[in-house]
Amino acid sequence: MASTYTPIATYTAASDQSSITFSSLGSYTDIRIVANMQDTNLYGLLRFNSDSGSNYSRTWMYGNGSSAQSNRNSNQTSAYWGATSSGSEFLVNLMDIMNYSNSTTYKTMLVRQNQASAEVDAFVYLWRSTSAITSISFVSATGTATIKAGSTITLYGIKAA
Amino acid sequence: MADTYTLISSVTVGAGGASSIDFTSIPATYTDLKLVGSIRTNTAQTDNSMDINFNSSATSFSARFLYGSGSAAASSTGSTIILQADGGAATSNTFSNFEIYIPNYAGSTNKSYSNDAVTENNATAAIAGLLAGLWSNTAAITSVSVKASTGTFVQYSTAYLYGIKNS
Repeated sequence: MASTYTPIATYTAASDQSSITFSSLGSYTDIRIVANMQDTNLYGLLRFNSDSGSNYSRTWMYGNGSSAQSNRNSNQTSAYWGATSSGSEFLVNLMDIMNYSNSTTYKTMLVRQNQASAEVDAFVYLWRSTSAITSISFVSATGTATIKAGSTITLYGIKAA
Repeated sequence: MADTYTLISSVTVGAGGASSIDFTSIPATYTDLKLVGSIRTNTAQTDNSMDINFNSSATSFSARFLYGSGSAAASSTGSTIILQADGGAATSNTFSNFEIYIPNYAGSTNKSYSNDAVTENNATAAIAGLLAGLWSNTAAITSVSVKASTGTFVQYSTAYLYGIKNS
């Protein structure tokens, strides 16, 4: 049977980083990202093709252990990932980008974020670009080296056939 | 490049039912684990909370979850609980689905995990839920057990454990 779930790239931060970029994404149907993150800011920016224009939007729901809520942001300059600040707990980001290499439609992404000590989240993102996604960047929200050592990011390619 | 999504083991509950679904002797050769299940229990309720144990331990777990019941959304916390399963009072032949993703299960940090689950019941209420879990233990996970908080798993309940490598 053909291989349909393939690691594209993996990165473990050996020291604190300000950004981590994956290019050479290969030829797959979808991409799954597993990112176990720590960052001083508790979150960071995710950008496709280094686009920092106001082309991202998101709708999400979350629970903090006492209440459930939903919210929405339009015209953002990035998508986002979550992080714990330090210690031995890493926030688990599971991201699925569908049909990432087509050059006809805008791109959507589903994200599940998990931090047992704070909250659980589910997001849907839209990147309003018809360009094929050729790079994915994890960027510090403050532009400094706030992505903590030990954070790991792996990209998997999923083929429909 | 090699396929890295590999079935480690599977369980199908037989006619006598089972008090737990257990995966033991999990090799440390993968990066992440993914456990998916289709389960139903024999309790008198329409749904039934589930517990998870790693390495036969039921301690040092914490969880935060978000769920909808068909009429409202809510959030709560728990300890060893993972999300609900259909109970014996749910519509016949209806099995709930769940997925648990455990990154870096063999690493030396505490183990965070993600759990999604749905029950279904052809009546007023059923549950769709998301859970963030943490096992505050730095040991490599070598076994995983899923247990019903009450009752047992019925025949035809299934679970599959996959190993995922990042290289």
